[in-house]
Amino acid sequence: MSNRPNEDRVGARRRKARLRDERITLVHGAGGKATHNLIEALFLEELANPLLEPLGDAALIEAGGTKLAFTTDAHVVQPLFFPGGDIGSLAVNGTVNDIAVSGARPLVLSAAFVLEEGLPVADLRRIVASMAEAAREANVVVAAGDTKVVERGRGDGLTVTTSGVGLMDERVALGDEKVRPGDKVLVSGTLGDHGMAVMIARGNLELEVEIESDSASVFPLAESLFALGDDLRWLRDPTRGGLATTLNELTEACGLCVLLEEKALPVREQVAAACEILGLDPLYVANEGKLIAVVAPDRAEDALALLRAHPLGAEAAIVGEVEPEPKGLVLLQTAFGGSRVVDMLAGDPLPRIC
Amino acid sequence: MRYVDEFRSGELARALAAELVETMPPGRELALMEVCGGHTHAIYKHGIDELLPAGLELVHGPGCPVCVIPVGRVDDAVSLALEPNVIFTTFGDMMRVPGSKGSLLDARSRGADVRMVYSPLDALELARANPEREVIFFAIGFETTAPSTAVTVLQARAQGIENFTIFCNHVTIVPPLKAILDAPELRLDGLIAPGHVSTVIGSHPYDFIASEYGRPVVVAGFEPLDILQSVLMLVRQLAAGRAEVENQYTRVVREQGNPRALEAIEQTMELRESFEWRGLGSIPKSGLRLREEFAVWDAEHRYNVPGVSVPDHKACQCGQVLRGLVKPWECKVFGTACTPESPIGTCMVSSEGACAAYYHYGRNRPKRA
Repeated sequence: MSNRPNEDRVGARRRKARLRDERITLVHGAGGKATHNLIEALFLEELANPLLEPLGDAALIEAGGTKLAFTTDAHVVQPLFFPGGDIGSLAVNGTVNDIAVSGARPLVLSAAFVLEEGLPVADLRRIVASMAEAAREANVVVAAGDTKVVERGRGDGLTVTTSGVGLMDERVALGDEKVRPGDKVLVSGTLGDHGMAVMIARGNLELEVEIESDSASVFPLAESLFALGDDLRWLRDPTRGGLATTLNELTEACGLCVLLEEKALPVREQVAAACEILGLDPLYVANEGKLIAVVAPDRAEDALALLRAHPLGAEAAIVGEVEPEPKGLVLLQTAFGGSRVVDMLAGDPLPRIC
Repeated sequence: MRYVDEFRSGELARALAAELVETMPPGRELALMEVCGGHTHAIYKHGIDELLPAGLELVHGPGCPVCVIPVGRVDDAVSLALEPNVIFTTFGDMMRVPGSKGSLLDARSRGADVRMVYSPLDALELARANPEREVIFFAIGFETTAPSTAVTVLQARAQGIENFTIFCNHVTIVPPLKAILDAPELRLDGLIAPGHVSTVIGSHPYDFIASEYGRPVVVAGFEPLDILQSVLMLVRQLAAGRAEVENQYTRVVREQGNPRALEAIEQTMELRESFEWRGLGSIPKSGLRLREEFAVWDAEHRYNVPGVSVPDHKACQCGQVLRGLVKPWECKVFGTACTPESPIGTCMVSSEGACAAYYHYGRNRPKRA
């Protein structure tokens, strides 16, 4: 780890991942620190190999002189249908996006379904049709699949696991280690749409606002950025845990700091309002059709123009900059005139009590 | 966003900060306590502390409903959750608070049916929908949340729902303030009073702080400009040698509070002889329980609740943090053994806890004595 304790600051120290829990709790699935600890201290420890170790969105594989990106993603979401998407489109876009932000063009997917006894066939058809449409839009095919059925009460409706292979784009070589002080941080659009759409679609918050998930393939956006070549340093899609968690993964890996400008962060008015009422922070809310890019300082405006040229990137913005210090932290310059740390998510985001 | 951005203007903040510098009584060091954890979080989330003049310190208070629940009550909750046939409902924050034998989340991973709800009425609805199960609601909080518990109990009675009980841990705000003002080891110059509690109780309950203790009080809202303005109002009083109760949060807080909410509390709850607080010990007449006539809906009446007082983890200094004696980062386990994902004390768990505020937002701050 490149992060040494920084004694001048209030506890700005980080530790090696340790898994002390005796049982899996929901916190391990929230995408924050507990998920990290689980991955690093259990999965990585047991499965250790050089392809897995970078813990990127996709593993980079060379076969017969061809460079491939390979990834997999299990999808569970309640409700199965929500404004702007469903578990089917989500499962396709999730894997397509992991491949795209690895610097590759998605080629083929596989899909494995675990169906719960009692699931209406009409629902399943709707979900699979939606997968087909998402696959067409992303220009990939579902080339292999598997189906299992479990007893009622043991399946949460259905879960879909997709895996995918993509062809690495020769123009770019992305990585944490490519990021340098001075580089600019961009987001391709508004933050928190998917997470709030799903939270509200669950229907138990009694908020009368319609928010659409942003579920979409980000490959067209990623591909237009590939034109920047080496000046494109790093790409990610900020899903579970949101922008905050994804940027923390970057700062932890590269040992630098990201300084965000609160005023520059694009957040839809309805999302901001819903978050405000629930005491949530859009920086931690999931996105399913956005990417974060780190680019060389003198190409930031070019990158912004490339993103904005695409309908999905119309609200793209330059939101921050990479700084040398304080190491390993993400900071935010608040609109109010102060500053604060933007930490990694710990546990699920929960509405406040009072 | 309308009605929010107006209260977060950086321009107005700079103007207030400049006025604050002008108003500071020369040569004096001032310590103001923000009683409410919601204020603590707003302060660090927006970086308000960085706009304060030298010589002005904010001390964090005990107004965090999750933080003040002692280990013993968490153990009671876990024990209730493990009762057969029970659906145990709680606000989300409470799930991760460690008891001496694990948290409610741990109980859930061992098979207890623990569910997060957003309101006690959701818990009542759960009871209505599951007549064959027993639903318990873990009621916590100051006078802010007590009225919603009270209304829920009244509705349970009106609807004749009897498979529903309340594990009542409601507390009142004035006794811990007295305890803190009486403590010899802390010198406070003024108090930023909690806005949400005051919507219910009004501003008169703080009068004794001005009249008996000679300290100014300002009831404050939760937006950053509210807090900064309240600090300025306190400093103005101190500079002029005044000690009064002022209300900055006039758009929400009425002097007399919310009489209907108070009436609902009064109708359903009564003060316990004594209630144990984390860090503050047992304080007489500080906690609420359901009145005898509502015993049917009282979990402590219906079940065997261990009710054992359990000391804090020996490394945990939440008690001192809650009394404003120790800054979160001065605690020996802050950020090492105690983190939000594996907390030792409540102050690191709650979204209103001072340790969580520092951990999430304040780790870029230079250490101050």
